[in-house]
Amino acid sequence: MRAAAPFLGAAGFIAVWWLATLLRIADPVLLPSPLETARDTWEGFARGPLLRDVWRTAWRTLQAFAIACAIGVPLGVALGAREGLYRGVEFVVDFFRSTPASALFPLFLILFGVGEGTKVAVAAFGAALVILFNAAYGVMNARRTRVLAARVMGASEARILWDVLVLEALPQILVGMRAGISLAIVIVVVAEMFIGSTDGLGHRVINAQSLFETGLMYGVIFVAGALGYAMNLCFLIIEKRLVHWAGR
Amino acid sequence: MITPREAALTIRGLQKSFTGQPVYSGFDLDVKRGDILAIFGPNGCGKSTLINMAAGLLEPDGGTILYDGRTVREVRIGYVFQNYREALFPWSRAAENIRYPLRRMGLGKREIEARVEKLAADFRVRFDLNRYPYELSGGQQQLVSVMRAMAVEPEVLFLDEPFSALDYETTLDLRALLQDVLKRLGVTTILVSHDLEESIFLADRLLMLTRRPTNLADDVTVDLPWPRDSDTLSTPAFVALKKRCLDVFTAAVAGRPVAA
Repeated sequence: MRAAAPFLGAAGFIAVWWLATLLRIADPVLLPSPLETARDTWEGFARGPLLRDVWRTAWRTLQAFAIACAIGVPLGVALGAREGLYRGVEFVVDFFRSTPASALFPLFLILFGVGEGTKVAVAAFGAALVILFNAAYGVMNARRTRVLAARVMGASEARILWDVLVLEALPQILVGMRAGISLAIVIVVVAEMFIGSTDGLGHRVINAQSLFETGLMYGVIFVAGALGYAMNLCFLIIEKRLVHWAGR
Repeated sequence: MITPREAALTIRGLQKSFTGQPVYSGFDLDVKRGDILAIFGPNGCGKSTLINMAAGLLEPDGGTILYDGRTVREVRIGYVFQNYREALFPWSRAAENIRYPLRRMGLGKREIEARVEKLAADFRVRFDLNRYPYELSGGQQQLVSVMRAMAVEPEVLFLDEPFSALDYETTLDLRALLQDVLKRLGVTTILVSHDLEESIFLADRLLMLTRRPTNLADDVTVDLPWPRDSDTLSTPAFVALKKRCLDVFTAAVAGRPVAA
């Protein structure tokens, strides 16, 4: 029963949807039936560009995420290890972390032009700040006793950073990465809608909407949801495996 | 009197204050090699501060702390923290925790394994050291902490309230085990404790401290025979010693000086 619960919820959702279409609560053009949506989506995968769209969006998100990690993790750890330094930049980090990344599109368009670069760069920028912030806090909240224990055992400061602080921060770093990749996919999909795109889930969903291919539109929305969910799930599994000691 | 040759640790004119409040102003101490010295005193009197300065974890404001003429950086020390949960590395298995200080010493693989095996034998370990700390009981975790501190064959071992997070039964077991190993190997040990019975039980010498600014309330030689066991706790000598210490402690907490 417990294992079946999520499926029951999904089945309930589809049942309500079906009922709504049967009762003609909305115009069938605006709200196609689940079956129609499934068929259009399948068509999109089998004969249309949907598979490529999924791949493009995933690839852009992963690129942005990789760049964000490469910048956010080392910088966050370094800043966290020097708390005074972090306090100095905290306001700037918090400010831009709170700024909607979509508001930065025009700026990044000037910097990177209309192309792949901009989409990836904006997403990387947004995700990097989230990752940096979490990494810095992870290091700053490291157990003092553990640092002292390493020091008394003759570990150098560089050793302590690597052997204790990074591992102490790892659970928080992974939380930051999970939040970062979720943010990256949001930004990438929005960017695909508005920054000259010819592919990607964001492009496909807005295209389907303007062509009144509502079955496909709903399908793409669900596919985007599935992609985001899958990425999140991957991280939850990685977190559980990698930081087996967390909370114990 | 402890002659310079016998002293493992010599503290002279120690000074330390926190936010202008002096904790130590001109504190002296000699610890004899091979002795177990227990430090006992009211809360906040600076027991932990003292061993943290001795262990090089805290910088004194003034005075010298020397180990047979050398600074703390030049000697091997071991330190067992009160909170084993926060002191062990949870990402490493118990054995790897014990290997950590040995790796920092730059020992070879074979030597490291030999030491871990010897420690496991010395401490009669009957659980799997290839488990993670969180898979062990509190007593087992603190035992791993003790083994990690003992791995480097320390010239001085510091124990900061090592039993305070353990239940009574576990405390008795670990206390007996510790006494056995420390006395057999003749490790100079400084134990901070807030438990008078435990302090007397484990110590060759008991230092009673006053409230801040911290001074010596009493310096008690505990000449009960080794090995000590649960029967020791009810011997007249132990009871008399405990009574004397309790009187000193009560006076020290009240802040009155005690007539020698």
